[in-house]
Amino acid sequence: MSRVEFMQGNAACAEGALAAGCRFFGGYPITPSTEIAETMARRLPKVGGVFISMEDELASIAAVIGAAWTGTRAMTATSGPGFSLMMENIGYAAMTETPCVIVNIQRGGPSTGQPTRAAQGDMLQCRFGSHGDYSTIALTPNSVQEMFDLTVKAFNLADRFRVPTFLMSDEVVGHMRERVTIPDSVDITPPAPLAEGSLPYEAGDDGVPGFAPFGSGRSVHVTGLTHDERGYPDTTDPETHDRLVRRLVAKVESARRDIADYEVTNPDAETVFVTYGPPSRTVEQVMRDHPDESVGHLRFRVVWPFPEFALQEFPDAKVFLMPELNMGQMVREVQRHVDQSVISIPKIGGELHTPAELVRVLEAHR
Amino acid sequence: MIAPDWFREDRLPHIYCTGCGNGTVLNCTLAAVEEMGWERDGTAFISGIGCSSRAPGYILADSLHTTHGRALAFATGVKMARPDLNVVVFTGDGDLAAIGGNHFIHACRRNVDMTVVCMNNQIYGMTGGQGSPTTPEGAFSTTTPYGSSEPAFDLAELAVAAGANYVARWTSYHVKELTKAITTGMQTPGLAFIEVRTQCPTNFGRHNKLRRVPDMIEYLRSHAMLVSKYDRLLEEGAEIPEGTFSVGELIRRKRPAMGVKQ
Repeated sequence: MSRVEFMQGNAACAEGALAAGCRFFGGYPITPSTEIAETMARRLPKVGGVFISMEDELASIAAVIGAAWTGTRAMTATSGPGFSLMMENIGYAAMTETPCVIVNIQRGGPSTGQPTRAAQGDMLQCRFGSHGDYSTIALTPNSVQEMFDLTVKAFNLADRFRVPTFLMSDEVVGHMRERVTIPDSVDITPPAPLAEGSLPYEAGDDGVPGFAPFGSGRSVHVTGLTHDERGYPDTTDPETHDRLVRRLVAKVESARRDIADYEVTNPDAETVFVTYGPPSRTVEQVMRDHPDESVGHLRFRVVWPFPEFALQEFPDAKVFLMPELNMGQMVREVQRHVDQSVISIPKIGGELHTPAELVRVLEAHR
Repeated sequence: MIAPDWFREDRLPHIYCTGCGNGTVLNCTLAAVEEMGWERDGTAFISGIGCSSRAPGYILADSLHTTHGRALAFATGVKMARPDLNVVVFTGDGDLAAIGGNHFIHACRRNVDMTVVCMNNQIYGMTGGQGSPTTPEGAFSTTTPYGSSEPAFDLAELAVAAGANYVARWTSYHVKELTKAITTGMQTPGLAFIEVRTQCPTNFGRHNKLRRVPDMIEYLRSHAMLVSKYDRLLEEGAEIPEGTFSVGELIRRKRPAMGVKQ
């Protein structure tokens, strides 16, 4: 059984987190993400969880990482300025392989920018924002239903790969109200436990070490310093650093096909829209208004690690059109993986592309 | 050896300089842990960045060596998610009072049930001796070459004002008193803050005519005044010799605490 509700995207995100077993939320109020914190504040105590309003976003992500090390599913939600403040500790989560979920309801930037307006301006920041080399997973919902579904998925991916995982939503989807189906239960895949006799940072073929949360009797030392398989600092040996950081990147990048999640419409098309998040809704409207099998649509639900092979699903493609709510961020990733022409359709200011705007670009490139 | 079961012997040699006071503080803390009878599986040590914050790496227990200044925020997450764990935080004056100042006052305000041991050596030791928020006015460091022109924070008084349930200050000379204070802090529900004035002959002493370890320890001993006497002198309006600081228990109270084991 499941129940059908009419719900706001941010509320659906919180419901997805609760369904996924999230029992710790540390956050700081920031528009347009605040409803997630408000929902968690109301709901978590009733399911034996902990909601805590921290003193800033640096503390929010720190508390989430601390809670995650007790084996508790933990999350925070924020927007641009708060996301920027979290960057150092996001790198710490990557380095220490801490499973946690960070929701970014994106708004117009840079700086304080447009608190109540949508953007997709943090798509490269979520991949490259902290210093040093690492890799992360980022999901991009385009509906209230996906705010629920992809939040659940984010927790499972975070646990499986022991990596900070981002739900990169935006003000439009966060504040949109739609019909959503909430199942009675969802699949939950906990992290693989640390095997007897294994070292805390010793990984198998998949590159992901077993997890021994605090209190489980394994006396794990966790540090953001470059560390060996025992978890002990070893900051000067080039080989230790090379081995660790290459594994941190490879465990995510080598699983790209496994993590990938995308939709293909009209694979024989010659002109193909490539989208993630809410611009896909405008493209869907265009395709409903002007049915045409020569126009295709590739829609990513996961953008990082970037599933470049998805672009090969359109063997006849002559041109890719990429509307984004930024000055052109993910389009660079598409451009470097195909020989065809890739046209960026940037839009900033807080409003979605209109169908008419996309039709104009479509007509110009076919 | 104090608390031999709690040391990660395979991590030796440690990084502390000859004559450093941090090892003494680590010893006193582990002696308090033994006194409490805490189990390894139920105890977590958390720290930020700096010399003090390397301490958890030498303890055989779950330990989280976090980012600069944020140890108390990480510890809040650990303790709130698992109140049954005993949580001890090691920090230093730079970590706690400069970059982590906001987390310090809010952790005290929340009064989260944990024991915070601050090794206050009045200098950024790890980076080679720059002035910190507790460097005394007039003291020399690599970034205060003409003497520090800023007033210093009184960390213990700050913790009292911000709401911690237990606050004490001792020095690395007063090992018995320090061990007892840490034990009392561990027994007190809520946030226990123990400031320990420690010697850093390498990076503080050598710029301030205290290059020899015994001189630094003697300086700490001779400038420490029991808080009862200190307060009485203040009340009488009597002159307090320059550089003198109060030691002892500054407060023990029962404000509501968070994250207390049920």
